Amino acid sequence: MSDVLNGLLHLTSMLVIPGLAYGSQLALGALGVTLIFGVLRFSSFAHAEGLSLGTALTILFTIWLQGHGVSLGVLPTALLGMLLAMPVMALIFIATDRALYRHFRRINARAEVFMIVSAGVMLMMNGVIRLMIGADGRDFEDGARFIVSARGFRDWSGLAEPLVIKTSQMLTIAVAVLATAGLFWFLGRTQAGRSMRAYADNRNLALLSGVDPDRIVRLTWVLVAVLSVLAGVLFGLDKGYRPFVYQQLLLPMFAAAVVGGLGSPIGAIVGSMIVAFSELALTFAWKKALAYFLPAAMAPESMMQLLSTEYKFAVSFLILVVVLLVRPAGLYGKVSR
Amino acid sequence: MSRTVLLYAAMAAALLAVGLLQSWPLALTILNLCLISVVMALGVNVQWGVAGMFNVGTMGSAAAGGLAVVLVSAPPVRAAWTTGGGRLAIAASILLATTALAVVIWRGLSGNPLLRGVAVAATGLGGVLLAQHWFLPATAAIEAVDAASAGYLGGLGLPVALSWVVGGIFGAALAWPIGRLTAGLRSDYLAVATFGISEIILAVLRNEEWLARGVKNVTGLPRPVPYETDLQAAIWVQDLSAWLGWPLRDTASVLVKLAYAAWFLAVLLVIWWALDRLSHAPWGRMMRAIRDNEEAARAMGKDVARRHLQAFVLGSAIVGIGGAMLVTLDGQFTAGSYQPLRFTFLIWVMVIVGGSGNHRGAILGAFLIWFVWVQAETAGLWLAATGATLLAPDNPIRLALEAGPAQLRYVLMGLILVLVMRFSPRGLIPEATPEPPK
Amino acid sequence: MSFLKAEGLVGGYGGPPILNGCTIEVDRGQIAVIVGPNGAGKSTAMKAVLGMLRLTAGRVTLDGRDITSLAPQGRIRAGLGFVPQTENVFTGLTVFENLQMGALLRKDSIEATLDEIYALFPILADKRHQPAGQLSGGQRQQLAVGRALMTQPSVLLLDEPTAGVSPNVMDELFDKITRIATQGLAVLMVEQNAAGALEIADTGFVLVQGANRFTGTGRDLLNDPETRRSFLGGRV
Repeated sequence: MSDVLNGLLHLTSMLVIPGLAYGSQLALGALGVTLIFGVLRFSSFAHAEGLSLGTALTILFTIWLQGHGVSLGVLPTALLGMLLAMPVMALIFIATDRALYRHFRRINARAEVFMIVSAGVMLMMNGVIRLMIGADGRDFEDGARFIVSARGFRDWSGLAEPLVIKTSQMLTIAVAVLATAGLFWFLGRTQAGRSMRAYADNRNLALLSGVDPDRIVRLTWVLVAVLSVLAGVLFGLDKGYRPFVYQQLLLPMFAAAVVGGLGSPIGAIVGSMIVAFSELALTFAWKKALAYFLPAAMAPESMMQLLSTEYKFAVSFLILVVVLLVRPAGLYGKVSR
Repeated sequence: MSRTVLLYAAMAAALLAVGLLQSWPLALTILNLCLISVVMALGVNVQWGVAGMFNVGTMGSAAAGGLAVVLVSAPPVRAAWTTGGGRLAIAASILLATTALAVVIWRGLSGNPLLRGVAVAATGLGGVLLAQHWFLPATAAIEAVDAASAGYLGGLGLPVALSWVVGGIFGAALAWPIGRLTAGLRSDYLAVATFGISEIILAVLRNEEWLARGVKNVTGLPRPVPYETDLQAAIWVQDLSAWLGWPLRDTASVLVKLAYAAWFLAVLLVIWWALDRLSHAPWGRMMRAIRDNEEAARAMGKDVARRHLQAFVLGSAIVGIGGAMLVTLDGQFTAGSYQPLRFTFLIWVMVIVGGSGNHRGAILGAFLIWFVWVQAETAGLWLAATGATLLAPDNPIRLALEAGPAQLRYVLMGLILVLVMRFSPRGLIPEATPEPPK
Repeated sequence: MSFLKAEGLVGGYGGPPILNGCTIEVDRGQIAVIVGPNGAGKSTAMKAVLGMLRLTAGRVTLDGRDITSLAPQGRIRAGLGFVPQTENVFTGLTVFENLQMGALLRKDSIEATLDEIYALFPILADKRHQPAGQLSGGQRQQLAVGRALMTQPSVLLLDEPTAGVSPNVMDELFDKITRIATQGLAVLMVEQNAAGALEIADTGFVLVQGANRFTGTGRDLLNDPETRRSFLGGRV
């Protein structure tokens, strides 16, 4: 009996909670990808850099706040810092749109052109981030590190396996739930959100209905800014901030958005969870867990790890390939050619 | 035409100026890398300029081409083969059999999608776990063989120039499945898929030490030109050096770089000639027709997806050749040096700036952008150093200036890319046909 | 002077003009139908009325007010309601949300209008919380008309409302359109199915090469052997 309990605790600490946290971070990022795709009709290669820039700004604001003695107690101060970073990011995105994307919308350019321009934006943001904060990593989490620590739980329960819950993990899940609830409320219940969905659904009819396209585009970038800062900061709190790691989030975010169906917000969330849990499950060493659940005679000798962790990004790609083979429109999407 | 000549002449003058003002070896180093960039840019131009496809996986093709150099021309490590080769072969056959079985199950269970998915997944998992039983000890054994200098399977020990052809084949072989997968879908899917595959190729090259030593790098790859030390010992080189009045080392270095340049130029001319033939052939006209109006071409019964696949595979093969040439020039394969910014997006800047759809433009763009890329750091460092001396050593602006130039290059490249796209989408040398891709 | 009058329209999409001086007009409570052979500029004429086309000559007046210089959105604000031929609903939005989008330009309460539309198209009331993408072809057309009516327009423009629907559904749609007209709206529609449309039309405009060839009551045109032979084919 205690074996099963130990096994469940092991899986909860090492797989379920980290998976939910990572899935939430991806979901916030993938929602941005899918919003940009839905409203502006292109895949932004600058999106991961946007997350990174938002986090870099948050770190700078957080340092400034800490310098003034501001603290949130057990919670990281970065939660306040990101509130300051969000409007700045929104302004950066809107300015980029004004300077670049709007022109290409007006001449009705091909999707490839938008992607190339977004690649240019990516290069610029990348350089700006390096100039701002350097290429090295930074740990900016303060406050209490753990909600449930290994030691504390073991002493309390007397079990061999601990339950470990990091503050950043619970914070990520809570913030992601709140943010997506807010986003769905906005899209479903407000006139602006409805107009945005209508514009994404059928641009010409939306224009005929009196939707102001510039306003929709501005609103989209504001939402993308909020989502990007949240995703980037929560990821950074959880795993530490290193600018280059964010580039590697681009593929999982794209994969999640494609799995769910480009343009579908609910799809982006489901897709993110699929990607996150597949990544963890395929790179997870199942030996310990199996030893708890199986009779001693059947306990595995090898690590029972399908892929080494270096290949976790290959998992997103694998999922992407399967989706393109089986159902290119994704789980919730329309076929778009 | 005169505009083309003028721009090419200006480029040549810039390279000459580097030779005269900085040094000739530096000018030739830049020239050689320019030539390689040209090859890669031509590959991307086949995809974008001719077919209108956005491929974000150039880095993967280049790395695959680089791997070809190791696999073809590095000396074989026999001890590694004897200790791990057999088990590796067993693992490989298990994986092959698993794939075959999965395909059979997939076809056989087409009536029951849920069972089919579960069965294929279970087959895959079982196959991988089974193969690991041989694979993990085999790779551990291989990596233990003379770990400091070998620890991998080595290559075939064949002439290095042959590896350039193989590099092209590798590039094409990787591109084909991706092209098939995304054929007929929105261009976003091609972009995302190519981006993904190139990251995975890199992950494999960095982590599979038994294949090409991972981040431990394969050094001392054979070269198609003589070594500097041998040249320095040759009488005619010593005479030449005395006649030029240059140090012996510089003379030998210049000669080696010139030999490389001759090789690269020869490859470039062959590719250029082939592409020129192609673009005047019915194939090229059809590609342009498809690019300029896909709907009309489709209505006329053109197989757009198939043409796109051809252009994509051809372009990737050319990039693979470029990647192989680059590793040959470096004399080493460094898996850690492949960065998407440098190997994918920089090439894109070259094609866009030069004038897409037009190979003359892509060539000029490659020269110009590589030149700017190299010299921007030099110029930036000089500017920063000059500016920094005016400030106190602990002034934050000075610190930023000193760290800045290397990072500023990215900003500069991004800026050039978007400015050209925005204000001069047809590039420096516009295509002669009326409509650029919009 | 008719309630909506578009006279002497000349224009096209940048190339040679498609409209060569045609005139279309319709009064409140009336149905006018534009018919003609393929490529005659029927849909183009309607787009010109809506302002989606750059005119080189001609003017459009609504209730005596010149609206020629207004953009499409402005004309919709001024009282035109438009139902495009295809992609005329938001497939990802529910029926109710589609109707709400139709009323985007209104600032007042939309409850009364919603009730009227649900009364006219009971099926929309039943399916109000279903995504429009799940509706059948005929239901979609009803929703598209309902969406256009949400602005309480004085003129309803319909671009081939019966394209691709079954004959039964077509009769039902024509019936609804007649009811809309009797409520005091001016209805202008382009129809491929000329015979059916002329049955319910008060006025028919036969366009050929962007100019008026015949104009008359629907009945007259249906009974006129020459128009029948030339433009209505054997389908009557």
